Amino acid sequence: MISIKRIGLTSVALLAAGLFVACLGGCGRKEDAGGGKSAGDVIRIGHVAPLSGGDAHLGKDNENGARLAADEINAAGGVKLGDKTYRIEIQGEDDKADPREGTLAAQKLVDAGVVAVVGHLNSGSSIPASKIYKDANVAQVSPSSTAVKYTDQGFKTTFRVVANDRQQGSAMANYATDVLKAKTVAIVDDRTAYGQGLADIVEEVVKSHGATVITREYTDNKASDFNAILTKIRATKPDVIIYGGMDDTAGPMAKQIHQLGIKTPLVAGDGACTIEFIKLAGDGADQLTCTRGGEAVERLPKGDQFMARYQAKFGAPVQIYAPYSYDAVYVIVDAIRRAASLDRAAITAAVAATNYDGLTGHIAFDPKGDLKNGAITVYKVQDGKLNFISTTR
Amino acid sequence: MGSFDTFLQQVFNGLVLGSLYALIALGYTMVYGIVNLINFAHGDVLMVGALTALSAITLAHATAPGLPGWALMIVGMAAAIVVCILLSLLIERVAYRPLRNAPRLAPLITAIGVSILLQTVSMLIWGRNHLTYPQLLPADPIAIGPATVTATKLAVIALSGIIMFGLLVLVQRTRLGRAMRATAENPRVAGLMGVNPNAVIAATFAIGAALAAVAGVMYAAVYSVAHFYMGFIPGLKAFTAAVLGGIGNIPGAMLGGILLGLIEALGAGYIDQLSGGVFGSNYQDVFAFIVLCAVLILRPSGLLGERVADRA
Repeated sequence: MISIKRIGLTSVALLAAGLFVACLGGCGRKEDAGGGKSAGDVIRIGHVAPLSGGDAHLGKDNENGARLAADEINAAGGVKLGDKTYRIEIQGEDDKADPREGTLAAQKLVDAGVVAVVGHLNSGSSIPASKIYKDANVAQVSPSSTAVKYTDQGFKTTFRVVANDRQQGSAMANYATDVLKAKTVAIVDDRTAYGQGLADIVEEVVKSHGATVITREYTDNKASDFNAILTKIRATKPDVIIYGGMDDTAGPMAKQIHQLGIKTPLVAGDGACTIEFIKLAGDGADQLTCTRGGEAVERLPKGDQFMARYQAKFGAPVQIYAPYSYDAVYVIVDAIRRAASLDRAAITAAVAATNYDGLTGHIAFDPKGDLKNGAITVYKVQDGKLNFISTTR
Repeated sequence: MGSFDTFLQQVFNGLVLGSLYALIALGYTMVYGIVNLINFAHGDVLMVGALTALSAITLAHATAPGLPGWALMIVGMAAAIVVCILLSLLIERVAYRPLRNAPRLAPLITAIGVSILLQTVSMLIWGRNHLTYPQLLPADPIAIGPATVTATKLAVIALSGIIMFGLLVLVQRTRLGRAMRATAENPRVAGLMGVNPNAVIAATFAIGAALAAVAGVMYAAVYSVAHFYMGFIPGLKAFTAAVLGGIGNIPGAMLGGILLGLIEALGAGYIDQLSGGVFGSNYQDVFAFIVLCAVLILRPSGLLGERVADRA
């Protein structure tokens, strides 16, 4: 005799199995699958940045910039191709600043049918993801990845709207040796693709100026205690300490430099050149000089208005690269209009031929995908604010 | 600055780090000694403590802006201790007590689950960003001899010392301490002697959680950041410290914690000299774990010997 209990359990199990199978068909999925085509009247552009973890504030900043651009384009009438009008939709993914998560996010976007991607934020994530985009012929326009390796791979799909680390590392090294007149330099990096690449270039240029690199120290992008390596550096008495890494490690590091009584100036790259750094570094913030891979947007003609619009829409100031993700979206939309098609390969070819005047300046790409005539801006922290020093090309 | 001065500075750095590890390791070791469970969620209790304190401090500062830094710190710590004790009692009651007699693997996996749950809930409550801890105690460098210290770091070492001494007194000289030692040795016989094992186990979790709360607040004060996954690495390192000193052994956890802190600081400072430039300072964690492996190979029960319950 089959008991009621057994009937009950069996039917619940069958129901669950049935729902599961039905859901495989696509419960809760909004988009159509399919490579290279956007269904209906939506053009999907992907965006990848860390939305959790130490770089979350920067990732959100980038995504906000992209969304601001998309909203403006949609408000101005969208994109007209033939007799259809399309809306731009940004699909934002979180890569947690991790190379593995970056590849997962890239694959997800490719499978979701994006026509191009703005991203990633961290070079360490952009580089492995670029292979996936290259295989799918999806244009990848990064608003903040500065590592040289990103465009050195010979892919036709990698682009960036910021200067690269060869320029940035040179600017940092030149500032240390020419302006700060340093003869001995200590270099620390966080062993990520970005931090390590930048530090290596800085070392090369510093040496070519005749200065000595008395010590190279290493940490990682999740560390919070730098007292041991800073104590070691303190004993060697360098003229300048140079750091390759992001603000969530640079900030505590600057604070610990101050707490250990080290008065040496600190020079860092764009990853640390943010208002978040100033918050995290506390009393140690004033020792920092940093560089950014682009123009000083706040000094450009439309820059002030952008900052104000961003603040009004998102209730927070721009961290650093929102203007660049904003321009990246415009570059992609401009390419779509010139290609007059939603085919990924056509859009990629059109991006390569970009000749566009954006918020951040004139945008054109060299054959590798690097920004032509990119600028490096130097800032110094003074009284809790980032002060503009100079722009070099 | 001579190399001996650098050595002293590294030792000081190591003592600060080690004090924090010791406080956290005590929580692991007491719980393991009494219920044979590695409470993987302990590091996340630390994180909840730090973030709760931050919220409390922010609230206190908003309602009473005139309060001095050390008073805010006490408010924060008190809030953290209360929340962590309640949280820990809840976890013990809901997640671990039902599995008290299950095979060892079940509570272990549950602990990992609780850890992930705490991290995710904290992320939902406090957000995904790194939060800045306000500077409550002065952090200006003070030179003591050749080492440069700050008031915050001195407070960490002093407070940890006082707490550890207090814990030893509690365990050796009070009724509760005797009950804890008895339950740790043999829970069933302790029950026959009139000890309520459930109450004692709950008290152990609570004490461990209070220690973690204090450690969390101090950790955040020293490094000035707090975020939802800040408990993972210190928890792992503290567990290593507890094993190093002998799991279940309270003086062992203290010794293991301080020792691990010193090994890490000195390791990071001297590893490239010792290895002839092959390994850089980013291998400091590897160095610490190699030392752990060496100690366990040569002395498997840890430096001061294990003390686990006789559950026969």
